[in-house]
Amino acid sequence: MFKITHAQFIAPGIKRFVLEAPRIARKQKPGQFVILRIYEEGERIPVTIENSDPELGTISIVVQSIGKTTHLLNSLNTGDSILDVVGPLGKPSEIENYGTVVVVGGGVGTAMAYPSAAAFKRAGNRVISIVGARTKELVILEQELRAVSDAVMITTDDGSYADKGFVTDKLRQLIQNGTRIDLVLAIGPIVMMRAVAELTRKENIHTVVSLNPIMIDGTGMCGGCRVPIDGKSEFACVDGPEFDAHKVNFEVLVQRNSMYRDAEQRSLAEYQRAAAEKTAAHQVEESCAIAQRGER
Amino acid sequence: MSPTTNKSLNPLPMKERMKVPRQLMPEQPANERNKNFSEVNLGYNPELARQEALRCLECAKPTCTDNCPVGVKVKEFVELIVAGDFLAAAAKIREDNVLPAVTGRVCPQEDHCEGKCLLSKKVKPLGIGYLERFVADYEQRMGTHVLPDVPPTGKKVAVVGSGPSGLTVAGDLIQKGHKVRVFEALHELGGVLVYGIPEFRLPKQIIREQLDYMREMGVEFETDVVVGRTVTIDELMHEEGFDAVYIGTGAGLPQFMGIPGEHFNGVYSANEFLTRINLMKAYKFPTYDEPMVDLHGKDVAVIGGGNTALDAIRSALRLGARKAYVIYRRSDAEMPARAEEVHHAQQEGIDFQMLTAPVEFLSDGKGWLTAARCVRMELGEPDSSGRRRPVPIKGSEFDLPLSVAVMAIGTTANPIVQSTTPGLGTDKRGYIQADSETQRTTRPGVFAGGDIVTGAATVILAMGAGRRAAKSIHDYLTNGQW
Repeated sequence: MFKITHAQFIAPGIKRFVLEAPRIARKQKPGQFVILRIYEEGERIPVTIENSDPELGTISIVVQSIGKTTHLLNSLNTGDSILDVVGPLGKPSEIENYGTVVVVGGGVGTAMAYPSAAAFKRAGNRVISIVGARTKELVILEQELRAVSDAVMITTDDGSYADKGFVTDKLRQLIQNGTRIDLVLAIGPIVMMRAVAELTRKENIHTVVSLNPIMIDGTGMCGGCRVPIDGKSEFACVDGPEFDAHKVNFEVLVQRNSMYRDAEQRSLAEYQRAAAEKTAAHQVEESCAIAQRGER
Repeated sequence: MSPTTNKSLNPLPMKERMKVPRQLMPEQPANERNKNFSEVNLGYNPELARQEALRCLECAKPTCTDNCPVGVKVKEFVELIVAGDFLAAAAKIREDNVLPAVTGRVCPQEDHCEGKCLLSKKVKPLGIGYLERFVADYEQRMGTHVLPDVPPTGKKVAVVGSGPSGLTVAGDLIQKGHKVRVFEALHELGGVLVYGIPEFRLPKQIIREQLDYMREMGVEFETDVVVGRTVTIDELMHEEGFDAVYIGTGAGLPQFMGIPGEHFNGVYSANEFLTRINLMKAYKFPTYDEPMVDLHGKDVAVIGGGNTALDAIRSALRLGARKAYVIYRRSDAEMPARAEEVHHAQQEGIDFQMLTAPVEFLSDGKGWLTAARCVRMELGEPDSSGRRRPVPIKGSEFDLPLSVAVMAIGTTANPIVQSTTPGLGTDKRGYIQADSETQRTTRPGVFAGGDIVTGAATVILAMGAGRRAAKSIHDYLTNGQW
């Protein structure tokens, strides 16, 4: 069991958890992830580690409610426990002094990009961070990123905060302004990572993306996370999760990630129905209790 | 090799023993069991066991034991069955084999003990596997394990992986008085016995009971630890105080054929397919959260001819597949699967497409598998493995409609431990180099065995390696010599 020592929503539907996981905290490096299973009947899902504190023996993760497991996870609070957390998995980001590094974070991917941005800064790079979100409330870790970046650029799809547009608009601007870029790291939705890859391919800028394919064990056994890289099957859990963006077959990644969409939707719908019934039952109980107190 | 003349507990004269027919294993009817996950073989009762045991010729030089990778004293335990002392028989097996209820079920006896049984020159060999299973189950039902009483040596051993070889090492070393801690990457203990071999061949309850017994003996287990990532071999030895480490991390990444369409939805590796079913219980979705493709009414094929292939396709049949094919590029004679499993699969209605290989997978245009384009083969000259090489027959292509294809064509070495342990020698395929007698690696204090050394093999061969390693680890811990 892995205890949650702190849990807090940082944006609507996005929650940060601090977990007691001393072994993982000692070893974690930027770019690595954990696989967790909340309860006995639960599925195993990969989640990128945001940060770790080896002294306290804790790690933090940032989770967005998307399917049943992430909704369930985000219903947990400080003091609750998660049944299994294993990691740190995957190869760490290759942190060196490249010169100028642009770190692109889309949505909750920003939380995964943040530790790498910090590490690039520590390694002596000039770090430019670009953050994209659907809307103002979903812009996360802005202050944290400012602290480790030489410049931070923000876009929202709806223009409700900072500049309206997409992260690729900002990246294109940088390129057009003649900014020398030695490396781009992009972490976020697949469509965003693909758009970044297409943009930088033309400019011949080395670009790395962190992939999130379907995964079960995460240790190089099941082969579910295979992705064609330069036409050859590679496994995100042991060969990745970071790959050269210009070699990734995004089309196959999108297709394979959609494999269980129907099941995922069914699972979520049943979970939400059960949760709603529970809330309703709870409300009935509460109003009964209030009524009883009133009677007294 | 002549039958012994010493006074035997077996009342039957030698000539009579050959006349007793091999006792049949009671099994679930094929037409019922292909719809459920309950065990196929139901096990001997005491009468059947005693009757079968009477057939043993009690050879002076038992070739059965010589051909057992862990050296089970077959003649002695069988004689104890004849005498009716089943618990003593179980204890006798346990001297050499810490997992008798497992090997009694999944060991390819025809390649080992039974293959060399003297009886098989004239009649069917002694049912050694069936007898082993009987006494192991009997002991379990009686619930009377004898716990060894040994003085502690003060030495600590880390075992990496809780599969058959790791458990063998742990079981042997705890009985020598060493402290043993087993690290497992998954959330459940047992390795391939749990994620790979299905319930109908090896009930998970059997593994749980064996693990409980090991815990009673004092073995410690820690799940959710990927050695190489969560903690390295060096950290185990230098920071956590382990005097020796045994690496039994098992088979690695699944191999694919490299043919077009292997990324289509509906194409699984056998490891993933079986893990979803056995470990994650995906067939109980949505009670369990891990999903898998619904197989009801679907046509499913497995590519490959080993035990893993048969486990996968027989599982598919039980999960409602309409058609269940084995596609194998060689002929029956070359199939590596256990004879009993092939026989069971045929009874259950699996369609064997021998001398056939897929050359491409086809899809519906939206990324979902619809068929395998296959080619028929004929056998040519022997290849490096000594088996006749399959050669495609020109113009024999045909399309086999399929919703799911499971690739069971082997695995490659898992790289995690090797890439994080400086000085640990590997061969050109990436497997860990270990001495075939002592299981010593190139790193002092570090031993390895099982699939991570040999490549994919069997449970009993992994246990044999574990046995040799345990002996050699004990020697190393006792005399300190490397």
